[in-house]
Amino acid sequence: MNNALSNAVRAGSARGVLEFRGTFTNPPDLFGYLYLPVLFVVLGIFLSDEEVDGAATNYGAVTYSGGLVLMLIMLGTLAVAQVLAAEREDGTFLRAKAIPHGMVGYGVAKAVHLLAMSAVAVALTVVPGLFVVEGFGPQGWGAALTLVWVCLLGMLAMAPIGATLGALFGNPRAVGLLMIPIMGLIVLSGIMFPLDLLPDWVRGLAQATPVYWLGLGVRAGTLPADYAALELAASWQLPVVAAVLAAWAVVGSLVALRVLRWTARRESGSRVQAAREKAMKRVL
Amino acid sequence: MNTPAAPLSRAQAQASGGSGEAVIRVRDLRMSYGANEVLRGVDLTAHRGEVVALLGPNGAGKTTTVEVMEGFRKRSGGEVEVLGADPEHGGEDWRAGLGVVLQSWRDHGRWRVRDLLHHFGRFHAPYSAPGRVRPHDTDDLLARVGLAEHADQRINRLSGGQRRRLDVAIGVVGRPEVLFLDEPTAGLDPVGRRDFHDFMHDIVDSDDTTVLLTTHDLDEAEKLADRVLVLAGGVIVADGSPEQLSSLVERDSEVSWTVDGQRRVHTTDSPARHVAELYGEYGEDLTDLRVSRPSLEDVYMELVRRHESGDAEQAAHEFVKGIR
Repeated sequence: MNNALSNAVRAGSARGVLEFRGTFTNPPDLFGYLYLPVLFVVLGIFLSDEEVDGAATNYGAVTYSGGLVLMLIMLGTLAVAQVLAAEREDGTFLRAKAIPHGMVGYGVAKAVHLLAMSAVAVALTVVPGLFVVEGFGPQGWGAALTLVWVCLLGMLAMAPIGATLGALFGNPRAVGLLMIPIMGLIVLSGIMFPLDLLPDWVRGLAQATPVYWLGLGVRAGTLPADYAALELAASWQLPVVAAVLAAWAVVGSLVALRVLRWTARRESGSRVQAAREKAMKRVL
Repeated sequence: MNTPAAPLSRAQAQASGGSGEAVIRVRDLRMSYGANEVLRGVDLTAHRGEVVALLGPNGAGKTTTVEVMEGFRKRSGGEVEVLGADPEHGGEDWRAGLGVVLQSWRDHGRWRVRDLLHHFGRFHAPYSAPGRVRPHDTDDLLARVGLAEHADQRINRLSGGQRRRLDVAIGVVGRPEVLFLDEPTAGLDPVGRRDFHDFMHDIVDSDDTTVLLTTHDLDEAEKLADRVLVLAGGVIVADGSPEQLSSLVERDSEVSWTVDGQRRVHTTDSPARHVAELYGEYGEDLTDLRVSRPSLEDVYMELVRRHESGDAEQAAHEFVKGIR
């Protein structure tokens, strides 16, 4: 790596840290950190009386692990897409393009920012869950380690999807529409309720998505071992979880890089100006 | 579209340039969007340390021209060379020699002024050279653009004028050899505009920066630029120092008078002789005599008016005729 490039990586990391620190003084970001944990703590407590047949846990804990997956998906896809679309519109992206290795710095900053935010979000979900949601939590260090690598690999699989969508969406306000397919995916991927309630073909489809495998991995890390018997393959299938998430991460990154390059090439002052005029019109 | 080429070469000969190394060289730049030809053979050269204004009405293709030079836009045809490289293939090291002043909007709103300028400056540090220490010291630069007391302020709390100062600071923080500014004072009040002109002079002079700015404001072009290029109808129709352009135009004066209740107008390059002849012919019958010398602005305004009424090509030719 040449000097200018490694310098840009350092500058980008510093930017990521600065932006991450800023999330703690920004009310919308704070809300983003807290609303899912609060919602799922309530759900978890509410459903804790529903015992799971054949495993030493309850549907409160199962739902709570689903909440953790939901949080990761929201951060990796929706939040990434939203930030990218907004920063393309407002010219942040163009500023990065106008300085040497600025795009590298921008990418590194976003990665640092996202990983740090995800770590906080996961901690804010897992820690309260350990105390108030019965039957939820890693059973030992092995499970805790599983949870860590699944979350990390899960983010690496999700973020390129978010980045690609964010690069393709011209209008940051339209990114919210992505909620609809994402919610559909979450419902059909066995995160909120067991997949055996769904028809075969939906199950097959769900297993093609990273969401299903992320959910499986997270359950492996947060639910008792005997719950594995209730999964589709009657096991946690951790090697498959790792392989599928890694494949999505690699393929996704390659696609995202191509799309981002294409988007970046087209970025210019007049495009930002046009976006600004369009946005202003909407305000007036 | 070869007609405007003749006045161009003539104007080029008159331009103050010719001295110093050419830093920007554009030959026959063409740009079309579908059937719409925006640029039809733009030629321009800018030398080291020169401040060049690209003047023209809105929609004349100024922004497109600049974006091609910035490497932000692919051209349809022609040759472009900036700092010795084709902007379409200029790498990151090439970009390090460029400064682009972008118009901030709401980007980086939560950043503090000093943090942001410092952050962008960092990217330029590897390109530091003995004669050109990069980047500028953050606080020093903030003081020069008049933002010292706002250094700790959040950017979304700055006024429009203060934001524009920050935009310029970000554009020059890497001590660029070439600086591009697209409509830098659009939306500024007269005071903000004057301040902007002042610190542009300060920053540009100290770094021997070549500046290419676009404007639709003739006054601004005259104040800032060593050389003014007028872009109309997709070609450069005039090229020279503000003084040269003015003197070219001022040769032709308009003499108007009334004889027997009839109003008459004559355009001439020797108004005094014409007035004398008129007096000799009509004597005391000659009334309401007036001699007006159209300023560069008059001619330019006419150009803009015609351009807006869709008669751009005609207007461009008229303008060339006007400055002959």
